[in-house]
Amino acid sequence: MAKLDQGPINYKDMLPPIIAENYGQWQYHEIPRPGLLKHVAESGAELYSVRVGSPRLVSLDFVREICDIADTFCDGYLRFTSRNNVEFLVSDPTKVEPLIAELEAKGFPVGGTGAALGNIVHTQGWVHCHTPATDASGVVKAVMDDLFEYFGSMKLPSKLRVGLACCLNMCGAAHCSDLAIVGVHRTVPRINHEKIRKGTEIPSLVASCPTGAIRPDPKNKSVIVHEEKCMYCGNCYTMAPGMEIMDAKNDGCAILVGGKVSNARTNPSFSRMVIPFLPNNPPRWPEVTAAVRNIVETWIVNGRKGERLGEWIERIGWEKFFTLTGIPFSDKLIDDYIFSRETFRTSATFKY
Amino acid sequence: MTEKKTPQMDELENGKWPSFVTEIKKAAVKNPAAEELLQLLEKSYEDKIGHWKHGGIVGVRGYGGGVIGRYTDVPEEFPHLAEFHTMRLSAPSAWFYNTKTLRRICDIWEKHGSGLTNFHGSTGDIIMLGMNTEHIQPAFDDFSEAGIDLGGSGSCLRSPSCCVGPARCQNACYDTLEACYNITNEYQDELHRPMWPYKFKFKFSGCANDCTASIARSDCSVIGTWRDSIIIDQEAVKQYAAEGMNIQERVCDKCPTRALKFNHDTKELAVIAEDCSRCMHCINVMPKAVKPGKEKGATILLGGKSTIVQSAFMSWVIVPFMKMENEDDYAEFKDMMARIWEWWDENGKTRERIGETVYRLGMGRFLREVGLPPVPQMVFRPRANPYVFWQKDEIIE
Repeated sequence: MAKLDQGPINYKDMLPPIIAENYGQWQYHEIPRPGLLKHVAESGAELYSVRVGSPRLVSLDFVREICDIADTFCDGYLRFTSRNNVEFLVSDPTKVEPLIAELEAKGFPVGGTGAALGNIVHTQGWVHCHTPATDASGVVKAVMDDLFEYFGSMKLPSKLRVGLACCLNMCGAAHCSDLAIVGVHRTVPRINHEKIRKGTEIPSLVASCPTGAIRPDPKNKSVIVHEEKCMYCGNCYTMAPGMEIMDAKNDGCAILVGGKVSNARTNPSFSRMVIPFLPNNPPRWPEVTAAVRNIVETWIVNGRKGERLGEWIERIGWEKFFTLTGIPFSDKLIDDYIFSRETFRTSATFKY
Repeated sequence: MTEKKTPQMDELENGKWPSFVTEIKKAAVKNPAAEELLQLLEKSYEDKIGHWKHGGIVGVRGYGGGVIGRYTDVPEEFPHLAEFHTMRLSAPSAWFYNTKTLRRICDIWEKHGSGLTNFHGSTGDIIMLGMNTEHIQPAFDDFSEAGIDLGGSGSCLRSPSCCVGPARCQNACYDTLEACYNITNEYQDELHRPMWPYKFKFKFSGCANDCTASIARSDCSVIGTWRDSIIIDQEAVKQYAAEGMNIQERVCDKCPTRALKFNHDTKELAVIAEDCSRCMHCINVMPKAVKPGKEKGATILLGGKSTIVQSAFMSWVIVPFMKMENEDDYAEFKDMMARIWEWWDENGKTRERIGETVYRLGMGRFLREVGLPPVPQMVFRPRANPYVFWQKDEIIE
């Protein structure tokens, strides 16, 4: 009989000795080169962490390969970051350069530290999700290939955190990223009455709609969609497979910018929509990659040192952001969902 | 390997960023389901829609969650994907591993699943991607034997996660790894047996840089802070100045509360302690010279979530400062959580995150009913309208 409720693997068994010895005693860190962190403890101990990007969706061969590397250079210890990078933890400074050489020879990109593009946090997309409006891994691969130089260098004004969620469920929680790519639907759900009748709790389905667009239809033992109220969020589809919302011709990606979670300098903030829709054009999503590059490059030219993307935009003003990037402003960017009012300007202090 | 052509997948092997397609192909050498996954994805790229249906109920004995059912909508074409379920495994705090454990996970998954995995899923679990129904229980038995437990799915406590904390960061204001481990162990029942209105997430960040994005991504965010003044090492400040850092511009001018003064003659940095809002900026720029204060603890925030249903919420402050040092402190935290969850259980609607319940019923009512004292740290600024719910005991009979 399997043991139940034994809880997570104990982290204490997973810490390299240098970390166990200097736990809570770290004094400061430096970034000697992109992708390399040097942490110095009060004891004088030095820990080097080499950070590499991973595609997140990996094979067991990949896991075994990083294990081999960790066995050779790191006494068998490694960790993953909250952004799906792998960090090799090295206590012997003479092993740092050989490790980096080995990683580069094997095609692992070293980087993601400091004023760099981090690995893109993302969802499952067409690979394994049941509600996506776009793919995830493919879009991320296309964007990371395009902006590759900014992962392995630190020449951005500040760190750049990109997130991708393949639908509005936002499992990737892209909503507070410097730059977010979000899969969106643009058409109302198509009701499959038979599926609804077979196994759907109608009250839950009705309650799942944030705008009250779904009404019960007792005569048919199904529901009616009030089309003009529907904002295509897809929550009904998550509740009821009979509310089919995937639409090959009309699904795509929106781009949001300027969010962050850190409290440094400015408060945590939500990303704001700047492009309401770009088409799904696999395998390379050229419209999405071009839009992302345009925003990033405009920020590089105009942002000040240490200024996150959103901090730069707040300084110059959103109106100026649209001028500088050449992104057209439209009614789609003016909120008409709940909590919209706080985003409307109530002063005469703006820019042209 | 595969006879079927996958030109769009093949294209995604080009370019310098590591390719998930290459990873699927590696797994496909050993596993027919992984091979079909590649073809199914090619089909999605042609059709521009996903080909996965809603999950049915699958699971292991004794648990209500941890396994997510997944079936393709084209099983005739892809028989190995007719069942392609996900198993979530509970990861160690801050995602530290030894290779022995990782290899053990690989061996078990090679035996039971597709050979594909996510390190890690968005919530922080190890995601075992793709297995058929008959392998679920044997896979769990093997993982369990290896000391590896399932994570959460459904309307339960989801696997908590934490930042690297004191293990490798000088900024950690409390032990995020131990807090995460201790609290996760306390709530195994809540994690494995979904009984709530909807999911609930904890994230533990050691400082206001919030590397787990707890404020955006967790219903309860525990963010390290301090209550006294930052500590400045003047010798280290002088060192930064000597090395050419423009301290006035990079540090003082960017201090959001103008709490820092740099003396250009003495090369010393001074802080007006009562003006500092503990944002972390100066500490980030001058890690050798500025440190958090000595009286450390955590700010507890509630309600964070992303878009679905009532729009995205950032967690809001419910306790500005709580000690997080020992079992007694954790007990205080757990006691508060018990009151909060009981209230949510009582008042929450199905599929309503706690932030949405609090928002619908009012923060005032929430605070009264769970017994949390209202303090100015909870608001940016007080309300601008006079519509107040007065309580009976406040009215003269």
